Amino acid sequence: MSTATIVSLPDQSTARVPKMNFLTRENGLLSWLLTGDHKRIATLYLISITFFFFIGGALAGLIRLELLTPQSDLLAMDTYNKVFTMHGIIMIFFFLVPSVPATLGNFLIPMMVGAKDLALPKINLLSWYLYMIAGVMAIYTMIAGGVDTGWTFTTPLSTHYLNTHVISTGLAIFVAGFSSIFTGLNFIVTIHKMRCPGMTWFRLPLFVWSNYAASILMVLGTPVLAITLVLIVLERTVGIGVFDPAKGGDPLLFQHLFWFYSHPAVYIMILPGMGVISEVVSTFSRKRVFGYTAVAFSSVAIAVFGFFVWAHHMFIMGISNYAALVFSLLTMLVAVPSAIKIFNWAFTLYKGSITFETPMLYAFGFMGLFTIGGMTGVFLGATGTDIHLTETYFIVAHFHFVMVGGMLMAFLSGIHFWWPKWTGRMYPEKISQFAAVTTFIGFNLTFFPQFILGMLGMPRRYASYPPEFQVLNVFSTAGATVLGVGYLLPILYLTWSLKYGAVAGDNPWQATGLEWMTQSPPLTENFPQIPVMDHEAYDYEWLERQQQQEVASV
Amino acid sequence: MSDTTITANRAATETESAHHPAHPSFQRHHFESVSQQFDATNFAMWLFLLTEIMFFGGLFTSYLIMRNWYYPAFVEGSHHLSIFWGTTNTAVLITSSFTMAMSVYSAQMKQKGKLVMYLVLTFILGLAFLCIKGIEWHGEWVDHHVPGLRFSDADFLNPKLDADVYKEYHDAPLSPEMAQNTEEYFFLYFAMTGMHALHMIVGIGLLGFIIFRARQGAYTSGHVTFVENFGLYWHFVDVIWIFLYPLLYLISRHT
Amino acid sequence: MQLEQPRPDETPGEHIHIVSPKVYGTIFVALLFLTAATCGISYVDLGVFNAVVAMAIACTKMTLVVLFFMHIKYSNKLTKLTVASGIFLFLSLIGMIMSDYISRAWGRW
Repeated sequence: MSTATIVSLPDQSTARVPKMNFLTRENGLLSWLLTGDHKRIATLYLISITFFFFIGGALAGLIRLELLTPQSDLLAMDTYNKVFTMHGIIMIFFFLVPSVPATLGNFLIPMMVGAKDLALPKINLLSWYLYMIAGVMAIYTMIAGGVDTGWTFTTPLSTHYLNTHVISTGLAIFVAGFSSIFTGLNFIVTIHKMRCPGMTWFRLPLFVWSNYAASILMVLGTPVLAITLVLIVLERTVGIGVFDPAKGGDPLLFQHLFWFYSHPAVYIMILPGMGVISEVVSTFSRKRVFGYTAVAFSSVAIAVFGFFVWAHHMFIMGISNYAALVFSLLTMLVAVPSAIKIFNWAFTLYKGSITFETPMLYAFGFMGLFTIGGMTGVFLGATGTDIHLTETYFIVAHFHFVMVGGMLMAFLSGIHFWWPKWTGRMYPEKISQFAAVTTFIGFNLTFFPQFILGMLGMPRRYASYPPEFQVLNVFSTAGATVLGVGYLLPILYLTWSLKYGAVAGDNPWQATGLEWMTQSPPLTENFPQIPVMDHEAYDYEWLERQQQQEVASV
Repeated sequence: MSDTTITANRAATETESAHHPAHPSFQRHHFESVSQQFDATNFAMWLFLLTEIMFFGGLFTSYLIMRNWYYPAFVEGSHHLSIFWGTTNTAVLITSSFTMAMSVYSAQMKQKGKLVMYLVLTFILGLAFLCIKGIEWHGEWVDHHVPGLRFSDADFLNPKLDADVYKEYHDAPLSPEMAQNTEEYFFLYFAMTGMHALHMIVGIGLLGFIIFRARQGAYTSGHVTFVENFGLYWHFVDVIWIFLYPLLYLISRHT
Repeated sequence: MQLEQPRPDETPGEHIHIVSPKVYGTIFVALLFLTAATCGISYVDLGVFNAVVAMAIACTKMTLVVLFFMHIKYSNKLTKLTVASGIFLFLSLIGMIMSDYISRAWGRW
């Protein structure tokens, strides 16, 4: 690995983390629980989603252990159903959807646009409380006996044939949905109304653009899920029948309404991650993102197209052939803006001065894995291949490549990238590079065999499988172990670095965003005075001139 | 940046805040100006209403599909609603929207007495709406038209059972399957009016709080944002009803 | 001090437009009239056009409320765009779902 680095840290013998910052401004539990500061709320979110990530991860471990052998021996069949359902629900609604927006987005967006806070700090805090209430309800569900409908709540399975805790889960997701609506709403308002002087739309960092696009999806998609879950709950409690064929309802209507949210939700999860990658790729190749405008608009294009492709989840459910055709074509269309992003990142790297710090390693992981995940999505979007591949392990591998290989890599990349800004201290470089490589290897070992399993016809959501699939499943389980190590390491060394990490200074990466122009960790209202944006985004020459001036004036 | 620059910056912050022009008390610390605060919260309210449109969107979609599938059931189901109460309620809600608009105007003109009067009128009209809705729901309960809890399709298998409705519309008996589907109509009726009533209840609760604050003069010193934004919510709930009224009560009067 | 510079998306003085009670009154009367009209027309047999007329009147009423009571007529472009995008997505939700229901080979349409 190259030893070249762009890291420039202050002289460690004299440098100190500034005493006055958002973490030390006030003390006591109440100062955290009643805070309006976006950075503190982001910290609360970071701790909470990490907690849920490890619950979801433990459930994933159980699934992989069960699938080590063809028989269902570790878990009973119906326990297995509950485990994969809770894994899906927790990972999607309690980790992936809030992961980048509620933590990094919350922390960074006000700073990136040069504002003192999000437009609605109280709503922001409310959103965290709603998330926690929803989380408590989800944990209650697990303790009380779990739910085994799959995270998709397929009717009439979820309304008539199962007697697990569908109601409490449905309400938990309903509440979590409002938490995400409020986050998205806050971002949109902040980005429109709180930009500092000189911060035009095309000077915004691409992280802000992609979070803006994701926020649109959150605000417009989530309420449809909310009403759908209300109808499910009413169906179970009062016994009405909008989705119940026995009463004249239509289960496909449920699918339409559910996927109207849940397909855009995929873009809610991935778009903010793409924003992280744009920042990281630019910083570690010392170049402005190639085709800034194209990348910015591709985020918005994904958000818009994302609303018109949902029925590709329903090709085998009996929707009309004509609708399937239209939705299939639109699905192909949504691959275009994603490809634009990948190509533009590749061109950003071209002739850049690339260095391989941990965030960049994760970003490379993202680019490779997301490309595979995205391309297999095109296979699944084609109606013919979809009939063969859907509901097999191929689809499991596909969305794990996008969600875990894509989003989780991006999340870890972002956490490492902004960790010095957040805590004022660097993470240890060598071990984190090791963790990044471990994650990448473990990931491929876990999920690549699942593509083959899916092609061979192993269905998803079963605790047992024919013995001829065992070899690949053993590979997959072994990979999951490696992956687990890759995810445990960061939490250990990041905690360690809180006290022992090197002091980071304001701008360890020599990055150009406004968030790097203030101290680390930042002050409560971010900037000593409202900044003026007088240069384009990712203008490294401007940064160099700035530094020369500083040297000259000292 | 070294520590010295940070202290220098902090000193700069302090002097700046000392020279800062006095802000009105209702301006939150993170906004630069009152107009920015107004713009931001107003825009946020509109975005929230956007989510509300999509929330009701799911119900309207279900209604549209079920209505087209089970047209006769929807026609005869709607014959059992009271046009009189429905129309009265529409008028009540529109009037409350008007008084709400006038409250916003009074707040803008800083007329505290008028503001409180119009707000109280809105409050009373909102309660009146809910009472009338309650009367109607009670009627449906008595007639066994509450799906899931207390439902019987006897009125649709044999329309002559309900003499008043039969006198007016002379409905033909529905086939047993179609008669069952009237439950679908009444379910959507209850889901839509129920969701709407829930929004009314939230609105009336907020209105109580606003009246309390208005009496203290909170909204007549230039800070109209909260009243204005609440007005948007109230009008939105009105708009939902403007669609529910024809969809549930009117468009099936003639087959 | 750079604080005094105009900020993006903001045109000072435009956003607080005070609508006169006369306008509110006129709209109120129009809304009541349209309610009476839609109720009356529903008793006339127009075939399929009963639904069309009822929905047209409802849309008119909505437009009046949104434009005047909710001040969209006097709002900036951003707010207008917000409302338009809401209506657009609402119609897309219905339209795209309908595209499936209408074209089903086994449908009950």
